[in-house]
Amino acid sequence: MSPELINLIVQATGESLYMVGIAAALGTAFGLPLGVFLATSRKGELFAAPIANRLLGVVVNATRSTPFIILVVAIIPFTRLVAGTSIGSSAAIVPLTIASTPFIARLVEAAIREVDGGLIETASSFGASPLQIVFKVLIPEALPGLLLALTLAVVSLLGYSAMVGAVGGGGLGDLGIRYGYQRFMPEMMLAVVVVLIALVQIVQSAGDYLARRVNRRLRHH
Amino acid sequence: MNAHQSLAVGQPIGPTEAVSLAQVEPDAMVRFAGISKTYPAYRGKPGVNALQDIDFAIPRGSITGVIGRSGAGKSSLVRLINGLEKPTAGRVIVDDKDISALTGRELRLAQRSIGMIFQHFNLLSSRTAADNIALPLEIAGWTKTDIKARVAELLALVGIADKHDRYPKELSGGQKQRVGIARALATRPSVLLSDEATSALDPQTTRAILDLLANINRELGVTIVLITHEMSVVRQLAKEVVVLDAGSIVESGHVADIFTHPKHAITQTFLAEVIGDSLPVSLASRIVSAPSAGGQAVIRVQVRGAGAGDTVVARLARELGLDVALLSARIDEIGGQHVGSLTLGIPDGEGAVTRTLAWLSQYHFSAERLGYVA
Repeated sequence: MSPELINLIVQATGESLYMVGIAAALGTAFGLPLGVFLATSRKGELFAAPIANRLLGVVVNATRSTPFIILVVAIIPFTRLVAGTSIGSSAAIVPLTIASTPFIARLVEAAIREVDGGLIETASSFGASPLQIVFKVLIPEALPGLLLALTLAVVSLLGYSAMVGAVGGGGLGDLGIRYGYQRFMPEMMLAVVVVLIALVQIVQSAGDYLARRVNRRLRHH
Repeated sequence: MNAHQSLAVGQPIGPTEAVSLAQVEPDAMVRFAGISKTYPAYRGKPGVNALQDIDFAIPRGSITGVIGRSGAGKSSLVRLINGLEKPTAGRVIVDDKDISALTGRELRLAQRSIGMIFQHFNLLSSRTAADNIALPLEIAGWTKTDIKARVAELLALVGIADKHDRYPKELSGGQKQRVGIARALATRPSVLLSDEATSALDPQTTRAILDLLANINRELGVTIVLITHEMSVVRQLAKEVVVLDAGSIVESGHVADIFTHPKHAITQTFLAEVIGDSLPVSLASRIVSAPSAGGQAVIRVQVRGAGAGDTVVARLARELGLDVALLSARIDEIGGQHVGSLTLGIPDGEGAVTRTLAWLSQYHFSAERLGYVA
């Protein structure tokens, strides 16, 4: 493969990592509090707000059931508003963040719900405020689950990022489509797939390792 | 017996009298006045009356057992004391504060003076023993230096100073409960609530934990409220006992009194577990309802009180001139009182059984004829 093509792959990998990295960070920033709220706001729970819980649940489900490529196109006006443009890697971060936030929120909700309810009662019994319970009990206890959730989110984002070529987002998926498919360069397609597989492997292994390290101290069984 | 204490636990008081309670019971640590707790119907499940008309006081510095079967309302009762639940009606006064009327920050401040330990320990798996004990102190806003000193003190108090850096999964059940006790005592509470704290432990560990609680009560003067379904726990540790059934108090008073003179059927059932009221199988299977020639009548005599059972068989045999057979006996000592039963075989015929029963009743023994054996 020519140095030019290798250069293209390196550049596309950089674009993918940039989009996925920022979108994962933003998705976590929005998804973590949203997930904690979803996990603690049903009737009788810590931040009981059943109506808000129901409404947010509907919004989250609606976002998650919209196919990503349709989401990308549908929110172009919003993307332009936020990023100043609707084209390029930076613009692609907007739909990626919007897709990953509800996904992360649901995973966070599941991880937080795994925490033994007795611990919430225990902390309440010695006078912990709801926020103290979240930061001193729920999040530390759910940490292994949260790390695995984040890993899963990053892996999914790598997949989503392949579709943002549609709005000129660049990245590995875009490269694969334009060179590998449209220009009939199977070696380019193969190279893109290999890089993507390697990235997913690295992310998954790193996430598993971190979760296991935390987990080793934690679980009873 | 101290007249004041019997008043404190034994006498029901109505909600209208709650105001005058302060004069009657200056030493009550926890007072329930006209408490009812109803859980409303929810999602097709009918509402539940968990507690009704609860009026009693827990003396300051006492160890009071609350015993009842599961669903009797014990957990609701204990959660009213630390404000985790609110009564539907009535008031709960803890250390002269109406905890049932407090909310938000005021409630959280009051909760710091009420510790609680749990059946399943409820330790944070992400924190070491020391950090678990530190949690209520962090929540109360103590400085790092103060927390460190206090945690070391508490670990020594509960006898696991060497487990400082261990995570819960590396500790045995008894050690976990010790961490739970240290955590509950961290903020120097005046009341310690124990919710079935030994129910998940083996008998030997249970004994050690109960001894530790007794020491804590003696040395720190902490009032302990023990929720349990095991009479043996009440017997080993408590001085006062409250028997709950279907959300109401059916009996309350000094442990020794309740054990020697149980009035309610539920109390008797709990006592039977401790004392072992049942006959040996080999004897029980031989008992028939009709007498047979040359057989014996089987009479069970209840033994209650100091030294009560010591000489009954000898005196009965001597004074009535009967060959009394001792078929089965079980006598335990609870709070200095003998509690148990003797099962006697009395030669049938010539009115021996009638004379025996009359003799026993003359000396105030409660006795019943179970049947006959050949």
